[in-house]
Amino acid sequence: MKAKIIVMPKRTVLDPQGKTVKHALESMDFTGIKDVRIGKFMEIELEGGDKAELQKKIDEACHKLLSNPVVEEYSFKIE
Amino acid sequence: MNFGVIQFPGSNCDQDAYHALADVFGQPTRYIWHKDVSLGDVDCVVVPGGFSYGDYLRTGAIARFAPAMKAVIEHAKSGGLVLGICNGFQILCEAHLLPGALIRNRGLKFICDQIHVRVETTDSPFASTGKKGQVLRIPIAHGEGSYFAEPKVIEQLQREDRILLRYCDKDGKITDAANPNGSLDNIAGICNETKNVFGLMPHPERASEKLLGSDDGRVIFESILQSSRATHHEAVRVG
Repeated sequence: MKAKIIVMPKRTVLDPQGKTVKHALESMDFTGIKDVRIGKFMEIELEGGDKAELQKKIDEACHKLLSNPVVEEYSFKIE
Repeated sequence: MNFGVIQFPGSNCDQDAYHALADVFGQPTRYIWHKDVSLGDVDCVVVPGGFSYGDYLRTGAIARFAPAMKAVIEHAKSGGLVLGICNGFQILCEAHLLPGALIRNRGLKFICDQIHVRVETTDSPFASTGKKGQVLRIPIAHGEGSYFAEPKVIEQLQREDRILLRYCDKDGKITDAANPNGSLDNIAGICNETKNVFGLMPHPERASEKLLGSDDGRVIFESILQSSRATHHEAVRVG
């Protein structure tokens, strides 16, 4: 069982990395890009257990440690 | 006044802070290991700069969970003084002792430079001996120093006079060109609601002796020492 977590900078927060990568993509003639945002992808391998319980635990981990709610938002799935 | 300097794996300004406090200001100072659960008889705790836990995940994110940080949070909640410099500021934000967050510099570069900041208020134990509008020349050294908070938080900081330092040019003008990292409102340092916790990105401990090119950072430490004397006098008067 794995929890797959995506952490992204909030829309209201400047993402200089995304901006720089957008410019780099454009300089290799990749046109038509509206925006690039760069975040993080994390995988947590789990021993297994009650899915609802795990859902709660991962949510808490995302909120307290894996993301900073001031500047980031997260989503995850357990599969 | 008793000072404690927290040491995390990856702290690298702990010795600079120790030197400033113990050697320059002659104060009893000791190191506090990140695994220590108590701060002892410390009046002011310094969370120093560096790359605690390799800056893994986010700057300050792991350090926040260190046993010593629990003690720092208790110390802060009971009114004790806490000074967070650079990575220390990032850690204090992650620990929710200060609002907001410090994100990647807008230019993406790590900046190591002498910059100017303006004292915005003297109404705190951390700048009480300064003058409002005073310009300080202090170095910065960070890659993630862009201060961010929701607009309502910034408004609250302004309203409650909690922005202690802003990036400015050498004449004290707050301009975008003088903002090294893209911090909102040119914010370089803020304090908490009760004004006993202060975080700043510049390094006053590296600007405490003329030999180092500037001793403008002294005002921060002199203010802390002054506040301790004031509290002491008050206690004596009451006693």
